[in-house]
Amino acid sequence: MSTQAKTRLARPRLTRIWRAAALPLVLLAAWEASTRLGLVDPHQLPPLEDVVARGWSESRNGDFLTALAASLGRDLAGFAIGAAIGTASGLLLGFYRPAQSILGPTLRVHRQIALFAWVPLIAVWFGAGEPGKIAFIALAAFQPSLINTWRGVQEIPDRFHELAAVLTFSRLDFLRFVGIPAILPAIFTGLKAALIYAWQATIGAELFMTIAPGIGGVMMQGRQLFQMDLVLLTILLLGLVGAGFNTLAGLSETLLLRRRTS
Amino acid sequence: MTDLHLGHHLHAVEDTPPSVEGVPGSDRHAILALSRVSKHFDVAGRRVQALSDVSLDIKEGEFLSIVGASGCGKSTLLRLILGLDRDYQGEILLDGQPVKKPGLDRGIVFQEHRLLPWLSVEANVAVALRRSKLSPRQKRDTVRAHLELVGLEKFAEAYPAQLSGGMQQRVAIARALVNRPRFLLLDEPLGALDALTRLRLQDELKRIIQHEGITALLVTHDVDEAVYLGDRIVIMQPHPGRIAGILPVILPRAVDGSRSRSDAAFLRLRDHVLGQLGVGQEDAVVHAAE
Repeated sequence: MSTQAKTRLARPRLTRIWRAAALPLVLLAAWEASTRLGLVDPHQLPPLEDVVARGWSESRNGDFLTALAASLGRDLAGFAIGAAIGTASGLLLGFYRPAQSILGPTLRVHRQIALFAWVPLIAVWFGAGEPGKIAFIALAAFQPSLINTWRGVQEIPDRFHELAAVLTFSRLDFLRFVGIPAILPAIFTGLKAALIYAWQATIGAELFMTIAPGIGGVMMQGRQLFQMDLVLLTILLLGLVGAGFNTLAGLSETLLLRRRTS
Repeated sequence: MTDLHLGHHLHAVEDTPPSVEGVPGSDRHAILALSRVSKHFDVAGRRVQALSDVSLDIKEGEFLSIVGASGCGKSTLLRLILGLDRDYQGEILLDGQPVKKPGLDRGIVFQEHRLLPWLSVEANVAVALRRSKLSPRQKRDTVRAHLELVGLEKFAEAYPAQLSGGMQQRVAIARALVNRPRFLLLDEPLGALDALTRLRLQDELKRIIQHEGITALLVTHDVDEAVYLGDRIVIMQPHPGRIAGILPVILPRAVDGSRSRSDAAFLRLRDHVLGQLGVGQEDAVVHAAE
């Protein structure tokens, strides 16, 4: 019975993978065909194999890996700071009523301000160097972790509040047995979003603040030297790293919250 | 069997609240006394009367069934007794003391099990002992004992999601009892279960309550259940929620205390209750029980 169920499940999954892969494959084929048929200027869109070759040579070249490591380090530092402050603020806002009325309105307005609008201010306050970049990335990670954690607290079902009241839980017991476990999925959603925002902000910071070792720097360099293969390579890499983050976050979530199927 | 303040809203004299002392000998046994409890909600600017002038005494060791259609305020009544809602008129006395807040002297089983999905069965029961003064060892023992009481000692490590609906509700019963409360409040505890499980759990509930010698207050819309389990049946009617009558259940019991569900007296009483609820006859006459 279980094998039967498995095959029944396996088929749609395969279909799903094919469907997901269809568009990228078509795009790659179109790219390849257009460069081969000479439909586009190879300076503007180099052939696929050039990008692959560039990737190969760059991966053996220490500079590129150093740049990737620099970007990742910056990204994770900013993410850690921003997500920690964001999640903590979300908890404070959710569980401590006065904080909600004092900070809530300000934060709601803060949400309306586009992330990149903070760049000039951050550049002045923290400098455009490493601290400024990390502050910018942290700000990007702060927002989603705050909002999701806060909403998670608000969405703790009434029936659990009532249960805690009936069991005469102390505030601490409520947090330990009801509050925190109930909002873990929301916190995770926030962290996942923060991871993606932080990665985007990393490249943004590298492109719009001062040049520093990093993927954004490599991208700028590729543009200035008109090496489109390098630019395309960095774009592909950004996507891959982002997807990698997503997969890792998903895996750790299922691992940590495995038992909560109800 | 005398019923205290039975349907006193029918009395003409409104300005003299009925006193518990007024009924000789009754206050000694009445451990929960509701007198003239009224409760209203403001829904979208309109005043909705949820409970109107409800008076009720519950005696030590009694099993009281409250039966009524939805909207008759029976769940609201339990919330007030639990101390979850203090915004009402009238008085609710527990051992002569007004109910001010929830306390471990009152255990509750809700219609949905309300188990914490992230805790094992054992931890779900143990969590009710956070405020208990027992030693860790005593806590462990009493959790074990209560899991055995509901027949789930083998599932101590399981998580709620791995259990059937009936088992989940049994865990909730163990959790409600683990503090050895004086009162067990049951808010349609079997309402969400399938018919067979419900019948089985009714027997189990009866056994557990006899074993614990606890005073129980069951709210249900299942008339069979109310008659089968109750020593007395409080019939409530909606709009506004009020007591329409209180019936003693005098039915033959088997040696183990169980009642036959198909006994003629059982069926007669059930039909009588249904009649009072307005089912089976067009103009149900509200009258007090003998």
